[in-house]
Amino acid sequence: MMRYLAGRLLRALLTIFLVVTFAFFVLRLSGDPALLIMSVDAPPESIEAFRKSWGLDQPVWMQYLAYIGHALTGDLGNSMRDGRPAIQLVLERVPATLVITVPAFFLKIAIGVPAGIYAALHRNSFADRMTMLLSVAGFTMPSFVLALLLVLVFSVQLGWLPSSGSEGMTNAILPIVTLGAAGAAILARFTRSAMLEVLGQPYIRAASAKGLSWRRVVTEHALPNAAIPTTTIIGFMVGTLIAGAVVVESVFAWPGIGRLLVVSVANRDLAVVQTILLLVAATMVTANIIVDFLYGWIDPRMRTAPR
Amino acid sequence: MSVPLIDIRGLTVDFDAGQRVVRALHGVDLAIQGGEAVGLVGESGSGKSVTWLAALGLLGVRARIGGEVLFEGRNLVGAPAGVLEAVRGARIAMIFQDPSSSLNPVYRVGQQLVEALQLHRGMSGAAALAEAARLLDRVGIADAARRLRDYPHELSGGMNQRVMIAMALSGQPQILIADEPTTALDATIQAQILELLQEIRRDSAMALVLISHDLGVVAENTDRVCVMYAGRIVEDAPIDTIFETPAHPYTSGLLAALPDLEGPRRRLVAIPGVVPEPSNLPPGCSFAPRCPEFERACEAAVPPAIELVRGHRAACIHARSAIV
Amino acid sequence: MNEPLLQADGLVRHYQIRRGSRLFSQAAILRAVDGVSFALQPGRTLGLVGESGCGKTTTARLVLGLLPLTAGEIRLQGETLPQAGSARWRDLRRVMQMVYQDPLAALDRRIAVGRQVMEPLTIHAIGTPAERRDKAQAILQSVGLQGHHFDRYPHELSGGQRQRIVLARALILSPRLLVCDEPISALDVSIQAQVVNLLLDLQAQMGLAYLFISHDLRMVRQVSHEVAVMYLGRIVERGDPDRLFAAPSHPYTRALVSAIPVAHRSARQRLVLKGDPPNPVDVPTGCAFHERCPIAVARCRAETPVLRPVADGRHVACHLAA
Repeated sequence: MMRYLAGRLLRALLTIFLVVTFAFFVLRLSGDPALLIMSVDAPPESIEAFRKSWGLDQPVWMQYLAYIGHALTGDLGNSMRDGRPAIQLVLERVPATLVITVPAFFLKIAIGVPAGIYAALHRNSFADRMTMLLSVAGFTMPSFVLALLLVLVFSVQLGWLPSSGSEGMTNAILPIVTLGAAGAAILARFTRSAMLEVLGQPYIRAASAKGLSWRRVVTEHALPNAAIPTTTIIGFMVGTLIAGAVVVESVFAWPGIGRLLVVSVANRDLAVVQTILLLVAATMVTANIIVDFLYGWIDPRMRTAPR
Repeated sequence: MSVPLIDIRGLTVDFDAGQRVVRALHGVDLAIQGGEAVGLVGESGSGKSVTWLAALGLLGVRARIGGEVLFEGRNLVGAPAGVLEAVRGARIAMIFQDPSSSLNPVYRVGQQLVEALQLHRGMSGAAALAEAARLLDRVGIADAARRLRDYPHELSGGMNQRVMIAMALSGQPQILIADEPTTALDATIQAQILELLQEIRRDSAMALVLISHDLGVVAENTDRVCVMYAGRIVEDAPIDTIFETPAHPYTSGLLAALPDLEGPRRRLVAIPGVVPEPSNLPPGCSFAPRCPEFERACEAAVPPAIELVRGHRAACIHARSAIV
Repeated sequence: MNEPLLQADGLVRHYQIRRGSRLFSQAAILRAVDGVSFALQPGRTLGLVGESGCGKTTTARLVLGLLPLTAGEIRLQGETLPQAGSARWRDLRRVMQMVYQDPLAALDRRIAVGRQVMEPLTIHAIGTPAERRDKAQAILQSVGLQGHHFDRYPHELSGGQRQRIVLARALILSPRLLVCDEPISALDVSIQAQVVNLLLDLQAQMGLAYLFISHDLRMVRQVSHEVAVMYLGRIVERGDPDRLFAAPSHPYTRALVSAIPVAHRSARQRLVLKGDPPNPVDVPTGCAFHERCPIAVARCRAETPVLRPVADGRHVACHLAA
């Protein structure tokens, strides 16, 4: 068991490491930060000076080693735009992202799971077909399309909600709904499949044969079994709490991590981009590990080997 | 003749497959007396399991059930859910083919037993656990108190079937329907389970319906056998009669197709052809295309069940000639 | 010199596993096959019987070369079985074929059965396409199917017909040995007899040898010239089927035979074993059967019995067998 845990941690670290390396090299292959940060008609000497001060004149592999060396001591570099430590900049923005991703997460569960269960219990009924239709629409529509549609309806036509910015609570509503929609759609489909699979199992018929009412069979026998795969999917969704809002934040001009990422990439603000990617990789990898262990714990079949 | 414990009359089952409706059971007549042990033998598509699933209302929304199942003065066909739920487990219990899949994998065996005890006998807490342990002990599980804490996947197939039997007994039912209870188990475990069922019957005078594709299993453990083919009962006779003087050609065919373990080796006499699809039954007698006694009259109409002697019925126009 | 077609000596197959909970697991050895030897002559059938966990399916796969041996040797036609996947091994597929329990799983759902029957010829590049088709049609006839079945798909056929297709495919290369692992268990009773009769006819016509593996003792008796009873990876009794089943020598065989439900049991006492078939991970010391044996003595726990010949030409692995 300890061996297993150690193995997983090692693989997790390796994944993070690979992500960071990949980002590092790809970023440097495209575009020159100096030219982007300094304006186009700055004198060549200042551009050169800029490059020197940020170590951009060094060969790439040397820059990489320097970066790794600093990173291991906790120094993830500074933003080229305003000189502050990248990590500070990034962590400042995390709460804003969480303000929309966390409610969206609960929204997904609150809508998706009951919809999926209902659809499974009333298979092939009109309600089932409608739910599945809506769910396909939900996850095939790109989030920016949905976002713009919602803005069109609720901000422009109805004037009920603001279309961007982050001044008050009402500003958060549209981003949360946009984020929640696709996730709810996926969860609905998934929960429906899990439920249908469980309902087809022999122990459901055996539970009915015992004399339990259908309501009890569903709540006491079917749901706990369907919860197992559903919980693991939800666990994976936790991994997207930080990174999942890039497009939505951009559309709604919401000042979170996603927006920061887009802006920093455009400016080749290397340290910030790398820091964000590091954070995202770490979150996802942690979510994966937790899901693995969760699965092993909630399913009794995984907990003990057969005698 | 006393009132039968359960009297199935003209039971039909139709399955709604979307575009069309397929009849799986074509009017089954079967009466079981209290304390009797009856075997139901047939191959795939014979309807042997469907009969009892229909009687207990376990077939789901796509099934349309017709006819009557008279039990304790009520007709179970079309009865409201409350009535069926009160009957299941408490008066008529059923155990199934694959015991390890018939138990919920996420609950301990003890929890599942206690659920049955709470439902049928209103027991709970320590009293229920004690009774659960007693039941496990009764069905031959050693170290019963500790086994209560096990999950189904931690027990073998044979032990799981014992647990299912214990659960079935918890309601103190009057009749137990055992649907291929040993098919998924090894031969030596099969012997143990069948012996357990015999023991329980001796102690409690419970009626037993043993469903199987194996005539041998049924022969040793029941007093009377019904042979089913393509959704109908084709022969219904006491055990010895079935083996010594089978009246229906399908029964004789089944017997001839089974190799013996002792005696001279003979070539098996196979029944030619295949079991027909329920959606595509031949006209008249469903067995006609495969029957060695076939004649034109067989295709004219479905042969009714004729009572040859008391207690022996067969649905074949040649039946009388077979037992001259 | 009567060279056996198939010779197996001391076959052993062990698996290294971990068992226990995720938190604290220990290494253990799963002894699937623990010293199995037999010889099969051309044109004869050896029946292998036993319950789950006895190792009969693993033995089949070892014989075919589908699993590597932990120890022991297999010789086919006098030649040691080559490495799986090697060119010589693939050549030997023409000599030795396999039939499985589930015909639907053994066939590709998307290819017409006629083409599947022809496929071995295509793989070994035998004949022209026209010749292959003719050969396939001929084989279909010999397994009791008709020309029009050639273009059908597996789901359009019945269980018995599918198993015939699997047989046809196995036979098209004219092999000398067919390893049949529960070939009729998934079929209806009335169809089992058809397929068994077919197997016997084909054996008479083509001089095939069968390694027939099944849990159904009656069927095994019907087709076998010799029977071996397996328990926990070892053969505990081997001999002529009629004599073995009429008067079993080994206590396990006695229990197995007595477990078969029979119409007219007469007064024969049924011998019901206690307990469950044990795990191949927890093989008891000495005789693997001693914990469930009604006549076990101290020696049975201490010393592992070997297969020794007894009175009527049988071999029994039991300290107490006469």
